[in-house]
Amino acid sequence: MTEKFDAIVIGAGMAGNAAAYTMASRGLKVLQLERGEYPGSKNVQGAILYSNMLEKIIPDFRDDAPLERHLVEQRFWMMDDTSHIGMQYRSDDFNESRPNRYTVIRAQFDKWFSRKVREAGATVLCETTVTEVARDADGKVIGVHTDRIGDVILADVVVLAEGVNGLLGTRAGLRETPKPETVALAVKEMHFLPEDVIDQRFGLKANEGCVIEAAGTISRSMAGLAFLYTNKESISIGIGCLVSDFAATMESPYDLLENFKKHPSVQPLIADSEVKEYAAHLIPEGGYKAIPQLFGNGWVVTGDAAQLNNAVHREGSNLAMTSGRLAGEAIVQVKTRGDPMIKENLALYKSKLDKSFVIKDLRKYKDMPALLHTNSRNFFTTYPQLLSQAAQNFMRVDSTPKIDKERATTAAFIKERSRWGLVSDAVRFAFAWR
Amino acid sequence: MHIVICIKQVPDSAQIRVHPVTNTIMRQGVPTIINPYDLFALEEALRLRDAHGGEVTVLTMGPPMAEDALRKALTYGADRAVLLTDRHFAGSDTLATSFALSQAIAKIGETFGSPDIVFTGKQTIDGDTAQVGPGIAKRLDLLQLTYVAKIVSIDLNKREITVERRSEGGTQTLMSKLPCLITMLEGTNEIRRGSLDDALRAARSRIVKWNAADAGIEDLTKCGLRGSPTVVKRVFAPATRAEKAEQIDTTEKTPRDLADELIAGIFSRQPALEDELAFDGDA
Repeated sequence: MTEKFDAIVIGAGMAGNAAAYTMASRGLKVLQLERGEYPGSKNVQGAILYSNMLEKIIPDFRDDAPLERHLVEQRFWMMDDTSHIGMQYRSDDFNESRPNRYTVIRAQFDKWFSRKVREAGATVLCETTVTEVARDADGKVIGVHTDRIGDVILADVVVLAEGVNGLLGTRAGLRETPKPETVALAVKEMHFLPEDVIDQRFGLKANEGCVIEAAGTISRSMAGLAFLYTNKESISIGIGCLVSDFAATMESPYDLLENFKKHPSVQPLIADSEVKEYAAHLIPEGGYKAIPQLFGNGWVVTGDAAQLNNAVHREGSNLAMTSGRLAGEAIVQVKTRGDPMIKENLALYKSKLDKSFVIKDLRKYKDMPALLHTNSRNFFTTYPQLLSQAAQNFMRVDSTPKIDKERATTAAFIKERSRWGLVSDAVRFAFAWR
Repeated sequence: MHIVICIKQVPDSAQIRVHPVTNTIMRQGVPTIINPYDLFALEEALRLRDAHGGEVTVLTMGPPMAEDALRKALTYGADRAVLLTDRHFAGSDTLATSFALSQAIAKIGETFGSPDIVFTGKQTIDGDTAQVGPGIAKRLDLLQLTYVAKIVSIDLNKREITVERRSEGGTQTLMSKLPCLITMLEGTNEIRRGSLDDALRAARSRIVKWNAADAGIEDLTKCGLRGSPTVVKRVFAPATRAEKAEQIDTTEKTPRDLADELIAGIFSRQPALEDELAFDGDA
């Protein structure tokens, strides 16, 4: 029995679920294939959910989605070995009726999302790995082969939402294997703590949540970022650095995480907690310049597989969701017109993506990955140390005249980076941010 | 041939945690699996069907989410799934569970054909009682073959089955008339990977859902908490042992010194061991 679907979606993460839901709810015959035991079993994220992008797919998601805490506070920390200097923003405005951001636990959230996909009418097969895309004589993708005994499954179009390290698309030659300098390796632990203890430690009440993002000497001169998110009864804590940096420095990710957890600024926040789980995942960090070809004859690629991740703002799932939705919408449009799913028609997906925040944001930061990578020591060790010294110099009261303190601070900056280095870093950073 | 196999959705015991404050089992967020012992029974049922024809009906009693376990059983290749779900069943012990399941099996017999064999796993990994299978057999007046390690042969014309059964003294080879109830031992086979067709069929199947009335259960006093004489008086985590593991500092010591220190440590705690292990002559 060779069955044919309107669309086959590979992967049940944010991008895959968004695409499958969008197409199934508009009446397309959709098959979704997921290699994990259940949707979400293989999916790892911090994780923060962005309401706006999900509302565009499931407007009333708050009714039954498993959400942990809505975020009212964000802290950014620059860390050296014993201190942190930072900025924090907290606002009661975030206690709105339809909060903007939530922490979620992906294993639970993705199960919910997948249930919505099935309710919309898609057929979802788990524990089924796609081994190969099937093509016709002209090279058009016409379906997939799986690791289960059976025939090829045919479809007008295949949506690749297989994640950052999607071997399928790279093996099929639809895009290149991600390079070590364009992916980060992040490790994360979930620490169990009673709800009221989390509330106390972070000054939260009634489902309010707090996010800490930290950079500095914790990444040992590599380009990297650590995070700490409050869930209802647990804390997600993790750190990630570029794979190429790990390879060059021979540092190990769990060692960085252990070190971050022991930092005097972090340790009291997670004290007496019980580790519930440990996970590791790759994160696309290549930005705009690493985006591969997004569509072709009979296929489109979405989400992490398409490197759609905004490393500067640490946003990924919303880009994934949006790219999945736009791919789904484009396919529905082509289908409705009765046109074939060929490259020329599927270009509609790219043009929708270009008009959205996804590509606009990534283009804005197109030079940032290169800058932070090539100057990682300055940005992740030297500056955090200098800033910390400056802050301490400013706060510590002794008999040194203030003017001498200021001179000492300025001298320290110039000694470490030279005037030219400081100006050049500032200018390059400003241009990359522009 | 019609085979009914009873399965149970259980928390994955490898991932269960005890709440550090309340000392209760944290069920929330613990992944569920099909009771591993039941998978041996399911595979055996599927093999019998493949060899001799017929149908395999999977039955479970549980909350609505137990549907996931049934769908998985369908993915392995079962033909039909029945979910017995009703609030009246909540809190069932093995007595009430075997009552409800036996009623449902009788109903399955009426609806889809009388079963020739009813399979269960040896026991569940959450209750570990091994009582439900025999309970069903008794109520349905089925011959029961427990702790079966192997199905040797089946003769559908004579309506006879021969099995090997593990017992304390060794292995018994038993012949029984059909219909019968078999509880399967672990390690007897390995659950298959369902084909693509099976997986697609499972994903699209509608699971038959029966409440107490649908299953023809009239006497609700035999169901759920009311029908369960077993009472859980207290749930507690075992106390942490007071004695601490002794640690040997390994820095700047040769392996020989470390071995000596280790042996001395063991003998100081277990003096009898030293005599037992004493060498004759020069070691």
